[in-house]
Amino acid sequence: MTDKQRDVLLSIQDLHVWFELRRFGFGHAGYVKAVDGVTFDLHFGETIAIVGESGCGKTSLMRTILGLNKPTKGKVVFEDLDVGALRGEALRQYRAKIGYVQQDPFGALAPFMNVQQILEEPLRINGVKDAQERERRVRKVMEEVKLTPVDDFLHKYPHMLSGGQQQRVVIARAIILEPQLVVADEPVSMLDASVRVEILKLLRGLQEKYHMAVIYITHDLSTVRYFSERVFVMYAGNVVEKAPVNSIVHNPKHPYTAALMDATSDPDANNALTFRELPPGEPPSLVNPPPGCRFHPRCPKRIENLCEVEEPYDLPADDHLVACWLYK
Amino acid sequence: MSKDTLLRIEDLVLHFKTQKGSVRAVDGVFFELAHKEAVVVLGESGCGKSSLAKAILRLLPRNIDKYTGKIYLEGDEIMGMEDEDYRQNVRWVRMSLVPQAAMNALNPVLKVGDQVAEPMMIHHGVKKEEALVQAAKMFQHVGVPVDFLDRYAFELSGGMRQRVAIAMSLVTAPALVILDEPTSALDVLTQANIFNVLKRLKQELEVSFVLITHDIATSSELADRVAVMYAGQIVEVSDAHRFFAEPLHPYSRMLMASVPRLRANTEPEFITGQPPSLLDPPKGCRFADRCPKRFAKCSEEPPVVNVDGIQVKCWLYTS
Amino acid sequence: MSSFKRNLQEILKYPSAIAGSLIILALVIVAGIVITTIPYSEAIRLWRGGEDVWYANPQYAPPAWINYFRSEKLPVSFALDSFESDGEQVVTTFEDVDGTTSRTNITYTFDFQADVVPQEISLYFDATYESKQPFASILWVTPDGREIRIGDFGVDKQRTYRLSQDEKLKRRLGGVPPMDGLFADPNSESGKPLKGTYQLLIESVAFEPGSTLHAEFVFFGQVYGLAGTDHQRRDLTLPLLYGVPIALAFGLLAALGTSIMTMIIAAIGAWYGGWVDELIQRITEVNLVLPFLSILIMVGTFYSRSIWTILGVTVLLSIFTGGIKGFRAIFLQVKESAYIEAARAYGSSDTRVIFKYLIPRMIPLLIPGLVSSVPAFVFLEASLAILGLGDPVLPTWGKIINDAQTNAALYKGLYYWVLEPAVLLMITGLGFAMLGFALDRIFNPRLRGI
Repeated sequence: MTDKQRDVLLSIQDLHVWFELRRFGFGHAGYVKAVDGVTFDLHFGETIAIVGESGCGKTSLMRTILGLNKPTKGKVVFEDLDVGALRGEALRQYRAKIGYVQQDPFGALAPFMNVQQILEEPLRINGVKDAQERERRVRKVMEEVKLTPVDDFLHKYPHMLSGGQQQRVVIARAIILEPQLVVADEPVSMLDASVRVEILKLLRGLQEKYHMAVIYITHDLSTVRYFSERVFVMYAGNVVEKAPVNSIVHNPKHPYTAALMDATSDPDANNALTFRELPPGEPPSLVNPPPGCRFHPRCPKRIENLCEVEEPYDLPADDHLVACWLYK
Repeated sequence: MSKDTLLRIEDLVLHFKTQKGSVRAVDGVFFELAHKEAVVVLGESGCGKSSLAKAILRLLPRNIDKYTGKIYLEGDEIMGMEDEDYRQNVRWVRMSLVPQAAMNALNPVLKVGDQVAEPMMIHHGVKKEEALVQAAKMFQHVGVPVDFLDRYAFELSGGMRQRVAIAMSLVTAPALVILDEPTSALDVLTQANIFNVLKRLKQELEVSFVLITHDIATSSELADRVAVMYAGQIVEVSDAHRFFAEPLHPYSRMLMASVPRLRANTEPEFITGQPPSLLDPPKGCRFADRCPKRFAKCSEEPPVVNVDGIQVKCWLYTS
Repeated sequence: MSSFKRNLQEILKYPSAIAGSLIILALVIVAGIVITTIPYSEAIRLWRGGEDVWYANPQYAPPAWINYFRSEKLPVSFALDSFESDGEQVVTTFEDVDGTTSRTNITYTFDFQADVVPQEISLYFDATYESKQPFASILWVTPDGREIRIGDFGVDKQRTYRLSQDEKLKRRLGGVPPMDGLFADPNSESGKPLKGTYQLLIESVAFEPGSTLHAEFVFFGQVYGLAGTDHQRRDLTLPLLYGVPIALAFGLLAALGTSIMTMIIAAIGAWYGGWVDELIQRITEVNLVLPFLSILIMVGTFYSRSIWTILGVTVLLSIFTGGIKGFRAIFLQVKESAYIEAARAYGSSDTRVIFKYLIPRMIPLLIPGLVSSVPAFVFLEASLAILGLGDPVLPTWGKIINDAQTNAALYKGLYYWVLEPAVLLMITGLGFAMLGFALDRIFNPRLRGI
């Protein structure tokens, strides 16, 4: 694989992110094991998609990469920095190295600041003292995200912009410090269909132009193939399948991935004629996940006396890595 | 109007008064729906589709500027009915609503069983025990375990709460249920599950649905007919098979082309520009500004043209 | 600042906001004029002045305008000075007789149309001489031409002659009090004074070259000026006017200090959470059960009654109150906003998040609360003054009421003394309250459209 020849930008090593539950504010009542043993490498300029349902731990993983959560166990290594060990000023500087595109563009913009103020904030905070320099960079980045003519948008407040324009401001803010890594958390799920593609293409174009690495977090498999090179599927705090995008779409290996694919609709009138085959039940609690494979209670291909006993590890299957005993 | 028609809407208009002027949220909506059929009203945010649900069910705020048109439900014109008559005999009796984000709107201090039973007690005047029996039946229909009747909303998952909200809309056995974005906040598997439930309900209870949504791909799970809404107006009403194969209106076409597909290798395309403000929509065709096929005529209000049973509001199809 | 402009336009849609703003604007203008025309030290000198400054005023005199509401008119106070000879009201003639002896004749002419005799008429002489006093004889001429001799005496360098206290004059007038006697109408049965033009003549002889005589004629009527006078003859316009800047300053500073400190502390607690938040919450709960007014009274009684001390203690005690809980609840919501998460992600420090992202979000909620809380602090300051714990040096509205109370003003029927400061207090409160309510409608989204 050519990926291996590239340098590693971000390395996640056996990452666990647990949140302590307290009883009446004092007593220990267990842990929410939001991320429970995730390992992967991200190379310079690479795009990956992390796919999973709500509560699968993808948000906690993302926040840990951004330096907003502390790892409970394991490491996040960015270039040469051990992110978990950073404190104070060093942590603040680290956070500024990663661009962050959020889900809800309106909520992500301070309602009392105009576009210029919003975009200048990262520059101010990270030591660009010259006002003219700041304005020059704000204008440049607005051109990049096609908020043009720039003068029309510079002094607008977020509520005066459409959802798509708001998301462009969020993207502009994420790339204004020229980061090597951008984390995009469901960047289009709140937008209309016609705008979604536009924003995804914009992000893709910027990624290629500046050779940024992008982690695209989504629950929507249908957008993944237009955006990323590799797909990681998360279920109940674990990554259950890692695969190149073209391969996973046509040939999902993990039963959960296959279930997700089956549940995703394409617009087709025949959909209405049949019922969809779906795994029964709901994702498990992250406080007390089932032993062995976490998907086994819902899995149609469960192997008795194995899946509910031993936790599967990454097993190779074609060019996929699948945490499933079927591929032993 | 054929005998089988359940709902027929003609030129429905609902304008709101605001400080900035009149907002033409619903400005000429028409479509027809047969018994045991589901029609999907497709539209992007701000096109007036949620206002349409309110207009059909007469759940109106106080700042109404204009509210006209005709709605026939099983042949009866219901726009002319008195409010009290409407409340007692139409709303929740003959048609009901699953509002947007209904799953988050359940009362947190009432047991969900009691909430589902309540419309029965109000509209059919039955005792609580009977209503609870009916609620239990509905729970079975929507796939919620019957022992959940005694639970509270916060004890249920999102998918279960949405099923409860659907049960609530069905308990009085209405002929028609309006679903306003029933799955938009749910995960993929849960979404698919809810659509399975809705499909089964359509067969088992012989109920009809108006599904209001922006999600084209999932809407195909339920659609028999499709109505496309743009800037307060219906621009195309079509049969689902023909619509998903090849829509007619340029907006419908571009909307379909913008959908990313999992199983096909087509590159999605986006629509440039933005929909017009509902405060002051342009004269003539409201999509003309963004339309690649516009021509001189488009500055005039387009007629609704019947193309082999598909109604399309576009000058391209006038012969 | 387009949002500022928008808010301003919206404010103009509320009549109560316009009225409130106009009242506040008027008060601010008055305060500005007062501060610039009467310096602080001058105001305090006048207020503490007593008889030296205010000798020419009547005591306990209601304002002159009450005559408009009375059928029985009260005489208005005035003073005439012999140096200011104008040929009409005051005529002063000087005649050098032989180089040593000189005559100075002073004639005061005034029109008297009241139905009640004045409190008093006094003459304030000052004379210059080496060894021989000038001699003055004083004559009273009534409108009907009668001439009454009032007295003859040598004039000291400083002499105050009060007509009503002259026993000889009283005897000469047949035993009646001099004011009644001098203004008596001989033809009237009712005892009403005679109306018309009166004259007081001073004929004086000086016996040294360069010796002069100066006399000020002061007519102590029953009413005085715009606001009346108090027990120390002080013109009440001074404390009424000077009370404006003091009340505004106290109210605004206390409201600003309280709101801003409350907000900052609530933001810090909500942002850091943990023990910081716990500590702030516990302090608040303890403070909420402490008796606010009693503590202020104790501070005033045992420590200092300076307005600055009271202001400081007021702010301090008002910070940790219900407001902190309200702000905290909202901050806890705002804290979870995506834009705050974004700010942290691009490297904002904690202080920057608190001051640049949390607090600005709260300003729309802060402003109406701040404006509405001003009257409470204005009233608090007045209440303390009424209880005798006001700043001892400053002329304030509360002090006027306090003086009125100790002098039993209401018992004596001197309503103006209490009503004037009370009305000003109410107008001030009303102005801020009306503006505050309108601002609340504008800034508080929950009240919009109601």
